Amino acid sequence: MNNRLKVLRAERGWSQADLAERLGISRQSVNAIETGRYDPSLPLAFRIAAVFGQRIEAIFSPAADHGEG
Amino acid sequence: MTRCSSPAARRYARRLFVAMAAYLVTLVLAVAFVRDGGVTGPLAWLLALLPGLSVASIFWIIGRLLVEETDEYLRMLLVRQALFASGFALSVATLWGFLDTFGLVPRLPAFYLAVLWFLGLGLGNCWTWLSDRDTGRSP
Repeated sequence: MNNRLKVLRAERGWSQADLAERLGISRQSVNAIETGRYDPSLPLAFRIAAVFGQRIEAIFSPAADHGEG
Repeated sequence: MTRCSSPAARRYARRLFVAMAAYLVTLVLAVAFVRDGGVTGPLAWLLALLPGLSVASIFWIIGRLLVEETDEYLRMLLVRQALFASGFALSVATLWGFLDTFGLVPRLPAFYLAVLWFLGLGLGNCWTWLSDRDTGRSP
């Protein structure tokens, strides 16, 4: 799955630690999601969307090899 | 184990310290009274079981960490490490068992299976660290 976490975070001037604090998760988790090593659960994806004030599909998109990216 | 100090990880560390302290104390007692002191009967059974129960409690402590850790990514890493540890310990124990059956290696106490599992957990932790190092980290 692809995501725009890094861009959205940069737009707000947040560090990974800042975002992690807002989400109530570890910085390692933010890094793993941001770099595509871990796909968050649906509840966490909703929390991420809420933090950025966007819809989930505006942040996450299927990987290209899944045919819709 | 989980690499950040989440409340669950801190509880895990505290519990692990207590379990290790209990193991050391009960092991000293068992050696002193059962092996060297000649205690027999139900008390000997109790004293001999206590170090093992202390080690067994570590499995419960790891289970509690899995239940209490709210960070789903760290939880996934721990599950992965535990699965690796289980596969490693059971594989080595199986191989050793066959070597023992054919008289090629000495017979070892069964508690070495737990030692192997903890060794596997440590190796799994190293594997996680190597394969999961932060990449593309931003400030």
